[in-house]
Amino acid sequence: MSTDPADDALTASRRRLVVEGLGIATAAIGFGFVYGLSARQAGFSPIEAIAMSTIVFAGAAQFAAVGYVVSGLGWPAIVLLTALLNARHLLYSAALAPWMRDVPRSRRAVMAHVLTDEAFALAIAHFKRLGRPDERGYWIGAIGATFIPWNLATIAGVYVGGSIPDPARFGIDVIFPAAMIGLAVGLITGRRELVAAIAGAGIGVVAALLTSPSVGIILGGLFGPALGLLVPAAEAHEIAPLGTPASADRYAMPGTHLSDRSDATPAGRDGPEP
Amino acid sequence: MSTDLVWLAVLMFAVTYPTRALGLLTPSMERLPQRALDYLQLVGPAILTALAAVNVMVVTDDSGATSFHIGIEWVAVLACMVVTAWRHNLLYGLAVAVVIVAGARALGIAAMPV
Repeated sequence: MSTDPADDALTASRRRLVVEGLGIATAAIGFGFVYGLSARQAGFSPIEAIAMSTIVFAGAAQFAAVGYVVSGLGWPAIVLLTALLNARHLLYSAALAPWMRDVPRSRRAVMAHVLTDEAFALAIAHFKRLGRPDERGYWIGAIGATFIPWNLATIAGVYVGGSIPDPARFGIDVIFPAAMIGLAVGLITGRRELVAAIAGAGIGVVAALLTSPSVGIILGGLFGPALGLLVPAAEAHEIAPLGTPASADRYAMPGTHLSDRSDATPAGRDGPEP
Repeated sequence: MSTDLVWLAVLMFAVTYPTRALGLLTPSMERLPQRALDYLQLVGPAILTALAAVNVMVVTDDSGATSFHIGIEWVAVLACMVVTAWRHNLLYGLAVAVVIVAGARALGIAAMPV
């Protein structure tokens, strides 16, 4: 039995990390399965759907990509919207950097690929509890709780989805728009988001009717936020600024909110004391 | 078996990975301007609701013409939204949406999608 208080603290924090990670893994299994199912119903081949989970590994962007492809959006537009949707990772990366400065560069490069909302939320909470970084803790959250469950569940969803003979009869086709709206609900953390969400939907539908669904989605996604910014910052009542643990928790699969999510330290000022 | 979308996945990776790696590999990176952060904060809700709304409200016929669609999918998506906001769990919302659509189609009060 360890007598070193630092070891005891590490053990206790890792134990909590694993417990929180089990909740994340459970959600990743559920949503990875739904993603695989949706991708298959949208006409993705098994290899395409699984490659998306392994190579891109970004839940919301993957779900959105299914919709883009179904709507006939061109690849350049899909790539642009993916870049915008995933730009928040820049903030997580900057927030983790001070904790990871002693990790070899090659390993940081690998860490980056598995840096998701869930991995950030788990890691930053673990590091803060410890008051120092723990590389193994990062891997537990990023790989054990997220990457592996998400990819295995995608494979299961792909093969189950491919074996359902008449999916519309079972209402499977509604999973995609319902998942989109449900994910959006989790991201409405202030008045600006609410305005952006309503404007995005309104602009999207009107533009789709006047032109095509793909153009509608692009215009809704680009101009909805611009209208949201018309709400003055003082009246926005933002409760989860982008790049904070609270924000990561919102982007993480809904239903897995970790218990300690009240702090909202801006990214870049979140690291250990020098 | 088609593999075309694997290349799309590679392109999506090409724009996603740098956002994940930049901070970790170049810790001295300057932060984004506040206005850009404010915009990015709103991209997620706008894109996701645009996708959902266009998916349930707009249909395209064989000639490529679009038209406004009203159907059971509206009810299902709204129910999902309410349940997710209430229970803070999207899986519950998805289950309700699927049951509504499957039930309405089984009872013959909603048409199958075209």
